[in-house]
Amino acid sequence: MSTKARDPGSPPASDDPVAVQNSPEFAALRKALRRFVFPATIAFLCWYALYVLLSAYARGFMAIKIAGNINVALLLGVLQFVSTFLIAWAYARYADKHLDPAAAAIRERMASGDDTTKEES
Amino acid sequence: MTLLASGAVDTTSRTLTIALFCVLVVVTLGVTVWAGRRTSTATDFYAGGRSFTGFQNGMAIGGDYMSAASFLGIAGLIALSGYDGFLYSIGFLVAWLVALLLVAELLRNSGRYTMADVLAFRMRQRPVRTAAAVSTVTVSIFYLLAQMVGAGALVALLLGIAPGHTFLGMTPDAAKNLTIVIVGALMITYVVVGGMKGTTWVQIIKACLLMVGAALMTVLVLVAFGFNLSGLLGKAADKSGAGSDFLSPGLKYGVEEGSAWQILTHKLDLLSLGMALVLGTAGLPHILIRFYTVPDAKSARKSVLWAIGIIGVFYLMTLALGFGAAALVGKADMAAADPKQTGNVAAPLLAKQLGEQFLGGSGGGAILLAFIAAVAFATILAVVAGLTLASSSSLAHDLYANVYRGSNLARRLRLGWVLRLTGAKGGNGDRREMVVARLAAFVIGIVAIVLAIFAQSLNVAFLVALAFAVAASGNLPAVLYSLFWKRFTTAGATWAIYGGLLTAVILVISSPVVSGSETALFPSANFAWFPLENPGLISIPAGFFFGWLGTVISRETPDAEKFAELEVRSLTGAGAH
Repeated sequence: MSTKARDPGSPPASDDPVAVQNSPEFAALRKALRRFVFPATIAFLCWYALYVLLSAYARGFMAIKIAGNINVALLLGVLQFVSTFLIAWAYARYADKHLDPAAAAIRERMASGDDTTKEES
Repeated sequence: MTLLASGAVDTTSRTLTIALFCVLVVVTLGVTVWAGRRTSTATDFYAGGRSFTGFQNGMAIGGDYMSAASFLGIAGLIALSGYDGFLYSIGFLVAWLVALLLVAELLRNSGRYTMADVLAFRMRQRPVRTAAAVSTVTVSIFYLLAQMVGAGALVALLLGIAPGHTFLGMTPDAAKNLTIVIVGALMITYVVVGGMKGTTWVQIIKACLLMVGAALMTVLVLVAFGFNLSGLLGKAADKSGAGSDFLSPGLKYGVEEGSAWQILTHKLDLLSLGMALVLGTAGLPHILIRFYTVPDAKSARKSVLWAIGIIGVFYLMTLALGFGAAALVGKADMAAADPKQTGNVAAPLLAKQLGEQFLGGSGGGAILLAFIAAVAFATILAVVAGLTLASSSSLAHDLYANVYRGSNLARRLRLGWVLRLTGAKGGNGDRREMVVARLAAFVIGIVAIVLAIFAQSLNVAFLVALAFAVAASGNLPAVLYSLFWKRFTTAGATWAIYGGLLTAVILVISSPVVSGSETALFPSANFAWFPLENPGLISIPAGFFFGWLGTVISRETPDAEKFAELEVRSLTGAGAH
């Protein structure tokens, strides 16, 4: 359940969560994660909100025909699919490159340290 | 007037449909028994031994998520109301980005079996787990009830059991009740015997069938129109009677009719629905527990990526199915087969039409119709099994193991004999928890069967939207605050869940879907004062607000060490189960 009791005077073991949390490597990992997911979330929510608002209030615009019977509404709807696929793909690439190696490095360093705290919650 | 009465379901088709239903039941039960033999630990039962690959779990997520409401429902909505059905699909798909970016991996790393594992990680266990269990069971029962009532009506429709006619000596109502009981008994068996492994394989089988069925019909529709999309849309618009309006938003949602006030509420309702769809998915407990079935965070990410691919392609295909049904079947035939205008017959009628056109005569029509009916049946089974598993896991792992056991109530009630009967009393904690989970699945299943039979004649379609609204209003704020907000406290978590849940439920009870309109749950009563059918616009911000308020006014000091543990574990996977 809890982190192990340690002597207040001794330096924290490498797997102490508070020490890890305060380490520059972990701060970099957290920053890397948030740098992608927060802006991406805001972006897709705004883009989706724009689509729903246009569906509710811009009926004339949505009905404009582009090619044959294909109108702006259909195009924007399909673009929501495209943007969803693209964001998912971009995140997968970003996580492979920037998040997974950093997380693995921290995890391995913690495991190679004192591993008496493997009890589970 | 059903498919049979309108001549859509002949006896060949009905026999074939029943034969396929039986094959499906035998295969899924076989898989369940096989999975049950491989289920010995609690991790096997709750999380399928965490042994599934990202691709398998992605398929299972698709199977868990795409209900009959999205297969027959959305295709039918597009067939009847045109473009507006597409609005639903888009919300259902975009929602997965919330799960991908903010929830899936962090939840996988920090939790064990249930949503509450993450919420209660750094909080006081009892209040938070109780709240999470209440919300899990509420959301799952709402969703389950909608599915089971729908299953009764759907199977009656697919088998062509008409009012005034009997089927094997049963009236349509008796046949619906029997369907509900059979569906309920199957879902209990999948969960009790097969646990998460059995449920997952049922969902994977269903996802395969659904994708094959939808792809086959999509290709046939496109062939019928020479791959001319514009031609398909034009024909659909012509035959709908609505003209080009059929291809734009506004026939069903945000309708511009009535007074300025009515138009405003219609439009706000559309925004409210969109909000609940997009934010609800990542708070649905039966979806969240699927992330525990893979070995690590990276596989959880891959599961969501596959799920996005599968679900996205499926919803694009429903466009072809819906517009195809509008163009090839037409409004009159759909109305004749489905007087309540649910739209659920659109895909089956389209299958029949395409079968006749491409597979040769009425025999071909019967074959394709029977196949699509079996796919719809599989769809229902996979979704109800997932919901039953989610609620029984939460009852056993959250309420029983972490709240009830060792409490004063447990000492007073002395229910240990129940477990002694099952032989689990002397066993270890894991073993006892699994027995309780199986008992809980049984009880939830029985409750759902009884409620569904009572609700059979009521209009309960709104319950799916309500489940999404509760998930978005109560669960999502609690999950996001837990993972990202250092200061969040026990009070914040319980306030968010109960606040969001109650706001959503009270607003729906006070809305036109429950009373005060012809299509309401209780059409003859009128106690509606909230004008919107979807509560999300108010209840989702309310959930986030209550979570914040509960946190800032509580005097509890957040446990910084536990937050460090949670944050490090959620981001790196160190110490993850």
